[in-house]
Amino acid sequence: MDSRYEVVIGLEVHVQLTTKSKIFCGCSTAFGQAPNSQTCPVCLGLPGALPVLNRQVVEDAIKTGLATNCRIAPRSIFARKNYFYPDLPKGYQISQFELPICEHGWLEIETEEHGQKKVGITRIHMEEDAGKLLHADGNSSSVDLNRACTPLLEVVSEPDMRSADEAIAYLKQLHPIVVYLGVCDGNLEEGSFRCDANVSVRPWGQQEFGTRAEVKNLNSFRFIKQAIEYEVERQIEVIDDGGRVVQETRLFDADSGVTRSMRGKEEAHDYRYFPDPDLVPLVVSDAWVERVRGTLPELPAAKRQRYQGELGLAAYDAGVISAERPVAEYFEALVALHNHPKTCANWVMGELLRALNENGIGIADCPVTPKLLAGVLQRIEDNTISGKIAKTVFEEIWQTGKTADQVIEEKGLKQMTDTGAIEVIVAEVIAANPGQVAEYQAGKEKLMGFFVGQVMKASKGKANPGLVNQLLKKKLSE
Amino acid sequence: MELNNLTISKLRQKLADGELTSVELTRACLERIAATNGKVNSFITVCEKAALAAAEAADQRIAAGDAAPLTGIPLAVKDIFNTLDVRTTCGSKILDNYVSPYDATVIAKLREQGAVIVGKLNMDEFAMGSSNENSAAGPVLNPWDLQRVPGGSSGGSAAAITAGQVPATLGTDTGGSIRQPAAHCGVVGLKPTYGRVSRFGVIAYASSLDQVGPLAGNVEDCALLLGAVAGYDPADSTSVDTPVPDYLTTLKEGVKGKKIGLPKEYFIEGLDPDVKKSVAAAIATYQQLGAEIVEVSLPHTDYAVACYYLIATAEASSNLARYDGVRFGVRKDAGEGLIGMYRQTRAAGFGDEVKRRIMLGTYALSSGYYDAYYLKAQKVRTLIREDFFAAFEQVDLLLTPVAPTPAFKIGEKVNDPLQMYLSDIFTIPVNLAGTCGISLPCGMNHEGLPIGLQLLGKPFAEAEILQAAWAFENATDWGGKFPEL
Repeated sequence: MDSRYEVVIGLEVHVQLTTKSKIFCGCSTAFGQAPNSQTCPVCLGLPGALPVLNRQVVEDAIKTGLATNCRIAPRSIFARKNYFYPDLPKGYQISQFELPICEHGWLEIETEEHGQKKVGITRIHMEEDAGKLLHADGNSSSVDLNRACTPLLEVVSEPDMRSADEAIAYLKQLHPIVVYLGVCDGNLEEGSFRCDANVSVRPWGQQEFGTRAEVKNLNSFRFIKQAIEYEVERQIEVIDDGGRVVQETRLFDADSGVTRSMRGKEEAHDYRYFPDPDLVPLVVSDAWVERVRGTLPELPAAKRQRYQGELGLAAYDAGVISAERPVAEYFEALVALHNHPKTCANWVMGELLRALNENGIGIADCPVTPKLLAGVLQRIEDNTISGKIAKTVFEEIWQTGKTADQVIEEKGLKQMTDTGAIEVIVAEVIAANPGQVAEYQAGKEKLMGFFVGQVMKASKGKANPGLVNQLLKKKLSE
Repeated sequence: MELNNLTISKLRQKLADGELTSVELTRACLERIAATNGKVNSFITVCEKAALAAAEAADQRIAAGDAAPLTGIPLAVKDIFNTLDVRTTCGSKILDNYVSPYDATVIAKLREQGAVIVGKLNMDEFAMGSSNENSAAGPVLNPWDLQRVPGGSSGGSAAAITAGQVPATLGTDTGGSIRQPAAHCGVVGLKPTYGRVSRFGVIAYASSLDQVGPLAGNVEDCALLLGAVAGYDPADSTSVDTPVPDYLTTLKEGVKGKKIGLPKEYFIEGLDPDVKKSVAAAIATYQQLGAEIVEVSLPHTDYAVACYYLIATAEASSNLARYDGVRFGVRKDAGEGLIGMYRQTRAAGFGDEVKRRIMLGTYALSSGYYDAYYLKAQKVRTLIREDFFAAFEQVDLLLTPVAPTPAFKIGEKVNDPLQMYLSDIFTIPVNLAGTCGISLPCGMNHEGLPIGLQLLGKPFAEAEILQAAWAFENATDWGGKFPEL
């Protein structure tokens, strides 16, 4: 990054809500249905149709506002944003303009370069999405209005970020929050969580912001970082060449990794915002806000802290486990049954996530429930099985859904802790390997691993490794 | 069969007694429409088949003893109401071919009652006008004098009653569009309080001002029809959830002891002398009926017309954006791309007055002008509303003329929009205030044209203005007059 310039970034994130019905009508928000099958006079913008606000959307907005430290407006207003486009049935989008439902929030981020800082959230407002244009052939386009009128929250940050890394850090705070809250499925590729970046640069020490460009079409964290970095370099180059950055919208092209001008200021819309006379002012009582606050789950940042502080997990482990709500919930259920948080964390991050990945399923569909896994961990704890055998047990539970005890019993996997029986095997191994015994006794102590391996193999893995070690040492030094 | 002077209450009686069937009655209306529509042009669409089918169903319902007050009664509605399977044009070329896939809430209510909807009535395009000259279906002519306008925008809704085609109709009133044509055609028309009647399915002109209301040959029918369509509708966020009283039970209680205010700003110079005389006589009648008359002031009245033409046009410019040729209605496309299609469709589809108002409203909302026009108008609107609330602290009702003059001649004001806009000077303030008003006949001018009296009430005081209107109608001979056609 060029040290002569300071980078200034503000982000606008569109969060598509997971409500069952649309924001202003009763149509389903189901994805992937036949074109225009999820529509009615309201979302088609037919003459005479009127919007009715979906209460769940308001709840989701309040939740998101509270989770991002916003002030919830007791009275907010829906406004019309007027422009013509074929995917916009009414010729205006119902959004919020002057009085949004949430304002003055913040999120705390952390980067290696800049450490911890707060990023301000200017506002969060509710709005309806537009439909989609389908370009079937060169001569005509079709309009699918299934997506029209589906609910969005627009989360607008302050221009507080000073690098692409900070922008990503901010998004990685916001993203798990909306997913945790259950208001968004968080899918970037499908556009459920869409980000536009306002990027500008200014010489160090300058108070005023430079002219910004708005970069759109960013559907992965990687692209966002790439696009911001490209845009910063481009703007610096423009300035260095004696030019001026123009205020414009630019589209990121993921294939070439560059941003391209989409429309200049001369084509800038005058949206003619004004309060929508079809909707009355939205009044949110303190009681409503408090009731919603009562339903908020523990958020990822708080969980992470608790996992580190109360449960003693390493920072990295706490981060991984808290990142996704279902994983965190699984982990917490497991700890509740088997109060050894570190072991639980190791198993969740190790065997469990590996198996889920390999099988391509989510934790919600995991055949090994926290209760079944706790059964395995208990048998390690009480020395019934070794950690290694436990993995075999886990596999078997995954396949059959049986309990750890059933698997151990049926497969005869119970750990051999009978000193006499192990002694017999040890004696056999020593007798069968006189050469190695001689080398060992001559000082080649590394061979201990070889003897342990032989004993474990002979016991089919069931011998208690601690006992094996102990007995071998004793016998070999005799 | 002679339908003139047959009120809904008389027709109900005849239907209940078996003296008349709804099919006979509906046929008579259809015949009367066929005979007179060529002169008056009040109907855009006549639904003969559907009406007769509805009449048959109504007769069965009456025979089964299951009749509601409007069962079997032929009615017609302004072409602004969406009606399932019947063309809804809103008086515009742009909706010439438009058939709605759903019924407006008020239409559904009428159908549930078993009313027989015989057709869709002519109107100024998108309800923009005071003379019904701005209709793609051609002007409506005033049955009292075919050289004159019937008023607007619900001109067809008023003229159809005067022409004896139907006993009652539905209209909409954004700045006087029910009350002014009612006055010019000598019928009764009521603009309810904003939120009293659902707007769902009513094609929007200016959403914060539009309100659906009844027109009828007399006050009682007006009350009956209002009761049938009023009420909270969850599909209209601006409709108000307050109970609908039975307007008929209190109708005849009189005005004794009521305080009636005369807003001095409404009795101005330039008021037509015949109008002035008739309204003065009406005031005297109310005194005789035991009401107390006091002068009041609505000080911001002068600003009402300007305020209205900013707010209404601003909302209209946005409401009419959906007529873009993409999803429904008429499309004109000479192959010049998307913007070309928009331009051609809207240039060909909208009439001059609609274009004028879209441009006015777009300007008022534009960045850099918003504060000076739209926002300022909203502030003035608040002052006008406060004027009314202050006046209603002192009096129960307000009494004013409906229009400065009786019906003017066709073509007289078409080239002078400002003069045309001023013809709504007495009706517009109530829409801005959101309260209710009724227009009823109170005299004839020297040329035999009807003159209207306006009574304005507090929010949701429709029962009270109906009561006062009935008292006047009952005490005088001005109601229920029909011209020869």
